[in-house]
Amino acid sequence: MELGTEAAVPAHLLSAARSRADTRLLDILIRSLVPVVLALVAGGILILALGRNPLRFYGGIWTYGVAQDNWQQSAVTMVPLLLIATGLTVIFRANIWNLGYWGQFALGAALVAGYGPTLLDRLPLAFAFVVLFLLAAAAGAVWTLVPAVLKALYGTNEIITTLMMSFVGVDLANILVKGPFQDPSIRTPQTTAIDFGKLLPAIPGTMIDVSLLVAFTVVLVVHYVLTRTAFGLRLQILGANPRAARHVGVHVPRLTISTFLISGALIGAAAAAFVLSPSWGYVRADQIPNYGDQVIPFVFLARLNALALLPFVAFYAVLFTGGDFAATQVNLSTDFLYVLVGLILLFMTVIEYLGRTRELGVGYLTPGLKEALRQPLVKKQTT
Amino acid sequence: MILASEIWTQVFWTSVVAGGLLAGVPLMFTALGETISERAGVLNIGLEGMMLLGAYVGFLGAHYGNSVWLGYLAGIAAGMLASVFMVVLCVWLGLDQIVVGIAITLAGEGITSVLHGAQFGESEPRLGATPTVAIPLLDRIPVLGQEIHGQKPLFQQPLIVYLGFALVAAVAWTFRSTNIGLNLRAAGEKPEALDAAGVSVLATRSYAALSTGALAGLGGAYLSTGVAGVFTPFLTQGQGFMAIVVAMLARGKPLWVIIGSFLFGISISLISSLQLVGINISTDVGHALPFIAIIVALILFARRAYLPPALALPYVRGAR
Repeated sequence: MELGTEAAVPAHLLSAARSRADTRLLDILIRSLVPVVLALVAGGILILALGRNPLRFYGGIWTYGVAQDNWQQSAVTMVPLLLIATGLTVIFRANIWNLGYWGQFALGAALVAGYGPTLLDRLPLAFAFVVLFLLAAAAGAVWTLVPAVLKALYGTNEIITTLMMSFVGVDLANILVKGPFQDPSIRTPQTTAIDFGKLLPAIPGTMIDVSLLVAFTVVLVVHYVLTRTAFGLRLQILGANPRAARHVGVHVPRLTISTFLISGALIGAAAAAFVLSPSWGYVRADQIPNYGDQVIPFVFLARLNALALLPFVAFYAVLFTGGDFAATQVNLSTDFLYVLVGLILLFMTVIEYLGRTRELGVGYLTPGLKEALRQPLVKKQTT
Repeated sequence: MILASEIWTQVFWTSVVAGGLLAGVPLMFTALGETISERAGVLNIGLEGMMLLGAYVGFLGAHYGNSVWLGYLAGIAAGMLASVFMVVLCVWLGLDQIVVGIAITLAGEGITSVLHGAQFGESEPRLGATPTVAIPLLDRIPVLGQEIHGQKPLFQQPLIVYLGFALVAAVAWTFRSTNIGLNLRAAGEKPEALDAAGVSVLATRSYAALSTGALAGLGGAYLSTGVAGVFTPFLTQGQGFMAIVVAMLARGKPLWVIIGSFLFGISISLISSLQLVGINISTDVGHALPFIAIIVALILFARRAYLPPALALPYVRGAR
């Protein structure tokens, strides 16, 4: 705040405004953290009910996800998660649902793993990386085209189309891995592994590859574009009200399609980072992870703010990396993470509701519901 | 063509029809449920999770209760339990139906896999074949009435299948000629009008969402007990989402749900039918087939897929 304005405003008003800003920040913090805490507690109770030790599970997450050098592994995992989350943030801002992230990711991963070995051999390394990232981004973007065009031209529900394309994309990726990209020297259905020396180089002094820096840069750029440019504003208007967007001169179909393409490209790029990270170098059929499902709650918790994604996705990367080992340690299916993620989403919607009603100063129950609870047995007259 | 001679056999076509019916029935129940809830204005994206819960709990019921009917009941109960979340959060409190739906799907996928892993970690029990009821006379017609390679003959289905068809007809009739059906439709088309007529929109939508859960649970239970005979994590493989599309393309008409489910059932089971006559196609192609079919259908009929205007919008009295 500038000094001049501060002098002009009475001191007590200023402090009131400041404390209001403080409570606002506190409010956001509570709304973001409480769902996660509640989900972890509920998950712990569930583990207890299954006869396992929840403290051992959560302790395991710390041990394998953070302690010693394990945080570096979490940081590596964070890259694809972060890029996917950014891609989802862009499109969710326009209130469009791209739920086809798995297919977009899988296709990008299959193509990078398939063409990676040859391209990295023939081209200069740095150039090959760029080509592979672009290839994956293009694959992800192309895979959103059908839903995008259907949505833009006919208003077809994109939830359905993206989901369907997603399943086809994953199957196509598996077909590619088992067919043309299959490593001829082994029987396991997987692509030829890229030589360790030709994978993304690590940031000096760590085991984390440079794609983390790329991802951070992407987040910054996307945040800037979403909050400080005309494109970002148009996206927000489209998200708030498509009809209003048309009235203020936004070309809605064009914006819809380009948003889809950007989202798909970011998700595809995530796949390139995933395959080219030093811990992989290949893709195995039927094993391409569905990262998108798992980061979705954090996109919402970050309130569609790209910068706010950083702490949330970092948190989940730890949970994911550590949870994998920790679940095995307590003899639990690793799909337990899906339960946690689902619970976070559920608690988030509830907390969001409570926060909103508190802000508005109205009761937590809708009037009709209150009436129904007060007099449950009174039948309404139908005319 | 080498293929042609093998495809034009009785065995193949009988198994296409029978396989389509077998794979189509879980889809039919679930899509029928989605039709009810879509017409009432509740978009249920959590169908996949509800199906999985129904499949798992239904399998448990059938396994421990030694009766498929207990399994179906258990599946219905599980699906309804999951839809209680939908009712409370989306219908009553007006929270985002898509977010809650995704949450239900994720939690359903996770919890069934975790519980299944914890319970049957070492040995995976299988259920015996579901007892069937033959339709007199029809079961004796040649070709279609015959059993091939252990597949159920077309006119000898479990009782629940016949009941399912009856149920679809009943729902169609309810929609067309009863007050309940009118209320349900109004809740999706113009909730204000329903409210003005003195009928509670919340209650109408709650019942719709609950019956959707029940039907999805039943569909899942039939999938695990009747079709697969076993529960494995992620058993549904996207069939919950397929059901949403079937409901959407059926444009709220229950009778079209039967046709749609049957067609998608065929595309699900086509690969195994082809294998019967010695044509091997990768399972990935087979798995992608129904989804490709759906995309093609959506591209062709994009302008005709119909969704009620108030779909996925919470109803708040007096709000515009």
